[in-house]
Amino acid sequence: MSDVILKLENLRVEYRSRELGQETKQALNGLSLAVHRGEVFGFLGPNGAGKTTTMNVLLGFVTATAGDAWLFGVNVRQPIARQRIGYLPEMTYYYKFLTAEETLRFYAKIFRIPKGEVDSRIEAVLKLVELHHARHRPIKTYSKGMQQRVGLAQALINNPDLLILDEPTSGLDPLGRMKVREIIQRLRNEGKTVFFSSHELGEVETVCDRVAILHQGELKAEGRVSELVRHYKQNNLEQVFLKIIGYHELHDSSNLAGRAA
Amino acid sequence: MNSTTLPTSPAAPRDFALAAPTGASTWTNVWAIAGVVIKELCRRKDFYVLFVLTALITLVMGSVNVFNQENVFRYLKEICLFLIWASSLVIAITTTARQIPAEQENRTLFPLLAKPVTRHQVVIGKFLGCWLASGAALAVFYLFFGLVAAAREHDWPIVNYLQAATLHWFALGVLCAMTMLGSLVFAAPSSNSTIILVVSVSILLVGRHLNKVALKLSEPLQTVVQAVYFAVPHLELFDVRDLIVHDWGLVPWLIWAAAFAYAAVYSALFLALACLRFRRKAIH
Repeated sequence: MSDVILKLENLRVEYRSRELGQETKQALNGLSLAVHRGEVFGFLGPNGAGKTTTMNVLLGFVTATAGDAWLFGVNVRQPIARQRIGYLPEMTYYYKFLTAEETLRFYAKIFRIPKGEVDSRIEAVLKLVELHHARHRPIKTYSKGMQQRVGLAQALINNPDLLILDEPTSGLDPLGRMKVREIIQRLRNEGKTVFFSSHELGEVETVCDRVAILHQGELKAEGRVSELVRHYKQNNLEQVFLKIIGYHELHDSSNLAGRAA
Repeated sequence: MNSTTLPTSPAAPRDFALAAPTGASTWTNVWAIAGVVIKELCRRKDFYVLFVLTALITLVMGSVNVFNQENVFRYLKEICLFLIWASSLVIAITTTARQIPAEQENRTLFPLLAKPVTRHQVVIGKFLGCWLASGAALAVFYLFFGLVAAAREHDWPIVNYLQAATLHWFALGVLCAMTMLGSLVFAAPSSNSTIILVVSVSILLVGRHLNKVALKLSEPLQTVVQAVYFAVPHLELFDVRDLIVHDWGLVPWLIWAAAFAYAAVYSALFLALACLRFRRKAIH
C-alpha cells in the first residue's frame, strides 16, 4: 500500500473574471506535492499565495483547471476521497441554530458512523475539546474560542487519518493556540497525518516534520525545516520564508528608492 | 485540553480501499441534510408568525356569522383556503430560496462539502427538507381549517380535505424544486423569491387560459405562447378549492395519481437542472 496520503500533480487553477476586459487570474501554477503517512506538514505562504485554493481543490470546492489531486489514492473529484479526512476551516462556519451535540450527530450520520458508536464518539470529542458542559446550548451562544473548538470536534468525529487545517490558530488567544498545538502533537503521536496552513512560523517550526513554501501560486521550497534553514543559510524558518518570498530584496529596493527621492 | 483518547471508529477502517457510496448511503446523507433544514425552520420565528397569522384569520373567518347564511360561509371558506394557498406559497418559496445562498453566505457549505457528500445530495436534501416542512405546515393549516369548518357545518369530509391537501402539497413540491433551481441561477434570494412568486401566481391565474390566448394571436407569437403553455408546470391543476367550498365530492383517484406523476416529473426536471448547475460551481 502506498505511503502517500495526499498527492498533488501539476495542479493549475485559474479564476476567470466575470468582468469584461479582466484577465484570468492564475491562483496555482504547476503545483506538485506529496504528503506521507504520519507526517505533520506545514503549508506556508504569504496571503494570496494559493494555500486556500490548494485546500479548496483538495476538498472539492474548486475544480482544478489542469492537473490532479488525490487523497488516499482516490481522485478528489470523488466525494468518497473525503471519507477519512477531517477539515477545520479558518473561521467557524457551523449551523448556529444547532447545538454542538446536534452538529456532531449530523456529521456522524454523514460519515455513516454506526449508531451504537455515535454517542461514545460524541462524548469523546466533546471531552477532548472541553465542550462537554455546553453540549446542549445552540452554537450561536458560544464564544469565538468555543466555536473554534466545535470546529475541531467536527473535524475529529470520524477519527480521520488525515486532518486538513486551514490556519487553525487564527484569531485564537495564546491559550487556545497552545491547546490546538497540543492536539496536533497528540494526533501526530497517534500516527495521524496533518496538513495545515499557518502564518505562525514559530508554531510551524515546533510541530511540523516538513513544510512547503508557496509564493504567487508556485512551490518555492519544500523539505524539513532544518534542511531548509541549512540550505538557505538562515537562522530560522521565518528568515527562510522571508528570503524565499523576496522580502529583503523588496525592502532594500524600497529603501534605495526612498534615498534616491 | 482533556486527556481523553478517541475510540477508533469501524466506520473508517484503517487499511482499506475506499468503498464507493451505495444507494443507502446516498439517502442517509439526503435525509441528514433534510433533517437540518426542518430543524432550522422549527427554530425560526418568522415561520411561526405567518403560521399564527393564518390560523388567527381562519379562526376569525370561521366564527363570523352573517344572518346565518350558508352562502356567506362558503365565501368565508373560499377566503380561508385562498389564505392557506397564499401562506403555503410564501413559506415554500422563501424557505427554499434562501437554503443554498444562505449556506454559501454563512459558509456552512464548506464543512459540509468537506465531508463525503455530493453536491446533488445537498440539492436533493435541501429540497426534501423544504418540501417536508411545507407539507407539515400545510397539514396543520388544513387540520385547523377542517376543525373550524366542521364546527360550523357539523360535517367533516376528511377524505376530501386529505385529497385537497395532498394535491396542494404536490404543487408545493414543483414550486420548491423550481425555487431551488432559481436559487442557483439568480444572485440574491430576494430576487429569486420575487420572480418565482410572480411566475407561480401567474401560472395559477392565467395558466389554463394561455392556449386560448394563443389562438387569438398571430404568428410567431402564437407559437411562443403555445410553447409556454406546454412548457410551464400547470399548478392550477392541483388547486381543488372549489370542490371543498361547494362540497362537490372527490377527484377520481386515478386523476390524483396522474397529478402526482405530473408533479414528480416537473420536480425531477427542475432538480436535475439545479444539480447540473451546482455540480461545477466553484465555491470560494
